[in-house]
Amino acid sequence: MIAYLVRRLLYAIPILVGVNVITFGLFFMVNTPDDMARMQLGIKRVTPEAIEGWKHEHGYDKPLFYHRAAAGFSKVSDTIFYQKSLRMFVFDFGAADDGRDIGHEIGKRMWPSFAVALPAFFVGLLIYITFALGFAFFRATYIDFWGVILCVVAMSISAMFYIIGGQYVISKLWHLVPISGYAGTVGDTLRFLLLPVAIGIVGGFGASVRLYRTFFLEEMGKDYVRTARAKGLSEGAVLFRHVLNNALIPILTTVVVAIPSLFLGSLLVESFFGIPGLGSYTIDAISMQDFSIVRAMVFIGSLLYIAGLMLTDISYTLVDPRVRFS
Amino acid sequence: MKIIIRYRLAAWCLLALVGCGAPWNNPYPAADSGKNILYTSFNERPKHLDPVQSYSSNEIVFNAQIYEPPLQYHYLKRPYQLIPSAAEKLPVAHYLDAHNQPLPDNARAADIAYTVYDITIRRGILYQPHPAFSRNTDGSLAYQHLSEKDLKDKHELRDFKQTGTRELKAADFVYQIKRLAHPRLHSPILGLMEDYIVGLKDYAEQLRQVNAGMIREGKGEAWLDLTQYPLAGVMTVDDYTYRIKIKGQYPQFLYWLAMPFFAPVPVEVDSFFAQSGMAQNNLTLDWYPVGTGPYMMTENNPNRVMVLERNPNFHGETYPVEGEAADTGLLADAGKALPFIDKAVFTLEKESIPRWNKFLQGYYDASGIGSDSFDQAVQMSAQGEAVLTDAMRAQGIQLETAVAASTYYMGFNMLDPVIGGFSERARKLRQAVSVAVDYDEYISIFQNGRGIPAQGPIPPGIFGYREGAAGINPIIYTWDGKQPQRRSIEDAKKLLAEAGYLDGIDSRTGQPLVLYFDVTARGPEDKSMLDWMKKQFAKIHIQLEPRPTDYNRFQDKIRKGNAQIFEWGWNADYPDPENFLFLLHGAQGKVKAQGENAANYENPAFDRLFEQMKNMPNSPQRQQIIDRMVDILRADAPWIWGFHPKDYALYHAWYHNVKPNKIANNTLKYQRIDPVLREDKRREWNRPILWPFVLGMLLLLLFTLPALRTWYRREQSAAIGEVKS
Repeated sequence: MIAYLVRRLLYAIPILVGVNVITFGLFFMVNTPDDMARMQLGIKRVTPEAIEGWKHEHGYDKPLFYHRAAAGFSKVSDTIFYQKSLRMFVFDFGAADDGRDIGHEIGKRMWPSFAVALPAFFVGLLIYITFALGFAFFRATYIDFWGVILCVVAMSISAMFYIIGGQYVISKLWHLVPISGYAGTVGDTLRFLLLPVAIGIVGGFGASVRLYRTFFLEEMGKDYVRTARAKGLSEGAVLFRHVLNNALIPILTTVVVAIPSLFLGSLLVESFFGIPGLGSYTIDAISMQDFSIVRAMVFIGSLLYIAGLMLTDISYTLVDPRVRFS
Repeated sequence: MKIIIRYRLAAWCLLALVGCGAPWNNPYPAADSGKNILYTSFNERPKHLDPVQSYSSNEIVFNAQIYEPPLQYHYLKRPYQLIPSAAEKLPVAHYLDAHNQPLPDNARAADIAYTVYDITIRRGILYQPHPAFSRNTDGSLAYQHLSEKDLKDKHELRDFKQTGTRELKAADFVYQIKRLAHPRLHSPILGLMEDYIVGLKDYAEQLRQVNAGMIREGKGEAWLDLTQYPLAGVMTVDDYTYRIKIKGQYPQFLYWLAMPFFAPVPVEVDSFFAQSGMAQNNLTLDWYPVGTGPYMMTENNPNRVMVLERNPNFHGETYPVEGEAADTGLLADAGKALPFIDKAVFTLEKESIPRWNKFLQGYYDASGIGSDSFDQAVQMSAQGEAVLTDAMRAQGIQLETAVAASTYYMGFNMLDPVIGGFSERARKLRQAVSVAVDYDEYISIFQNGRGIPAQGPIPPGIFGYREGAAGINPIIYTWDGKQPQRRSIEDAKKLLAEAGYLDGIDSRTGQPLVLYFDVTARGPEDKSMLDWMKKQFAKIHIQLEPRPTDYNRFQDKIRKGNAQIFEWGWNADYPDPENFLFLLHGAQGKVKAQGENAANYENPAFDRLFEQMKNMPNSPQRQQIIDRMVDILRADAPWIWGFHPKDYALYHAWYHNVKPNKIANNTLKYQRIDPVLREDKRREWNRPILWPFVLGMLLLLLFTLPALRTWYRREQSAAIGEVKS
């Protein structure tokens, strides 16, 4: 396993470099350092000297990738790419364009993201498995039929509709929870999280329940299940003691890969509910053309994705003894 | 029996909980219920709170309550009037000739080489409590020699346990003016002030050299102590008086003294925040403003909430005792001590839907009106006036409207060979286009009617603006006895024919006339506006080609004079016609001088009148000169005059002393909240409704009962058939 992990880690380096380069290229294809300077300096009375000064101060007056006029290694090192992107590999995210330390901001904002994402994830998983199991249990009955229709309808509705509809019905019409907001204390935070967590769960309901139902039904068609029934086990025992354990293997592979990305938060949910998490941090950075933050968040996202894939592989070997690293 | 009683008791408890008590959807802590707190929102985090850099409206809304410049505007009087704030009295201009010899007050503008303002500040003004002022027992500043190790666990100002204060001194104002030239701060008004404040240009260059030297020595982040570098045109006279010397005569300089750019910044605060490690811990003056105003910032978390609280050291001020004739309802608090509100909580609300809904629920005390909620809030009366809908009136909400001190226009590049210049051909072409582009319709379609068509560059509320028949642009409008009427499209076609473009064909070349509209890159939502604009030109058979580019390319085009027709706008810095007419002054040409005259308009007659008008006090003579200038502009038509936006704002019944002020921003101290009424209304409007939830649960249960019965029967049966999937 160690050799496997080391190999995967080494594979990660060129992936991260590639992601860095692509992010850099895409960002500066759309934005220029002059745009970024204007975004920070404002609109009124912005002189070309002020723009050049800002760019110089923030290191954006250099060439993007290659400095022709420089000598030796400076041709590569005296560039925006080298100065801004490469030091992320030592987890030095530097400062945002407004001067604030990015590492500190990430450390502060990840908790609100977790506060929404973790309950939505784990409670959602429990609910999805329960419903999927229920539909599988009542297969070929009206419950299964209407359940599948419900799942397809739920999948077809956009997340934005759930958010706006949920705020309108639960908060505005029924006055049950605050429409938006977040609080610093644990006690106050709970009532702000109820609705976004519920919407997060409802939003993922359709796709997840349908998928897990398929896993359960596939297991239920296998020989060992027929054997268990033939031996006289109740349907409940068959489902919970045999089918569930084996169907959890494919469920695990789809779930574990998503765990690291919980850290990054949801852009839409955080914007609409006023949750100061990493999702809104990223979307604000894109609007503000703050390359420092964008590249840091993309880097972290890539790292987490790679970590998620590795965790999936590891967890697969743990739950299925037939699977071994090669 | 016992079970029935228990269920009844539970039901009654639930009803009691729902009926009485705090609303469940209150986003604020229960402990704050009934307190004297203003709740409002912001949708874009401020980039700068350092008064030397801050210039956007979403920043000044905070800074204006914290910083106290020497002057401010009277809250109620119109036209806007300057009154003292931190200063004892309005400074008087003293004129000097080129040899620094005094001149009389009525000296000719041409003879005035310098104007000197001596500003005396009130005594006894204290700064808000701040760690920068805290002192040890031996009198030394407690937090001025901190190492990075000392700052390891300090990430917010409240992490510094000691605070102190001191009296405001004249030197603090001088220090802030010097900061305008700080090479690392990039003040947006440095370029402008260099033209006026004596010695500021050389001072800025000197500081640039010093800073460059520091960078070469590897001390680029170290504190630049401005007290070591005197500024020729700004000095202290004594502890409470400082002097500013400006070039020539510039009476509008006093308006700048009402802006936070000229508020005091104490040197110990600057040096406090400049210590190594502070910036890395996000402790900067740009994040934690420090002032002598009625409020201080106690929480700065622009990702969620920003909080202003009453400054315990505020020197005190009273509510105005006079205003305009219509202000009788606003004088109930005349003479009372300010501020009225203890705390203002600004919550980040990026999306309009939750912002609007929270306002309707009473959780925001005031709100603007988005285009998607406009019809819900406002309807047009038979007389064409905006009035509240019944739903708004039922909640006791008030509507306040005010025309902004702004103008939005479509500009013609006067350097362009086709549309620009002063030939009769070009002038008639511009006039024809001005008649064709119907901004009355634009306001109706794209602004929900929130604006008034502009008749010239000066908006209402600014001296020089003319109401009624005397104020209409006769090129575009006629007067029907009651209101302006747009000239017909036939008049536009006639002008176009006179220009040599009959039916849109250039008489010289025989080719159709094609004009280019340079705009910033737009999303799909602006397509309808561009389509509308093309149709306006098509009415007189001119083909308009939009040339969208990103904002930076657009700025480049404007700077180099490569744009033909463009859109632009201007918000007043201060309430003087000079601040609008200078946008068409020849010396301000964008191409020639990188000024604000984006149309590159240069008319010597207009420029002469501008030089004459700019230094005059408001008077009938000044009005006459302005009238002549506006006549010249209308005839030359360097702009299509566009519109002046009208701001609509809604306030709840518990929000008092509200008067829209389009120039001053330090108005929070005058406003008052009735928290008892607010609490009652919140309870009334936000009773929790539980029955749909209970009904849903019951339906779900009913839905699953047959299935449970089927399951039970299946379990009890003898054998199970083929597995169905």
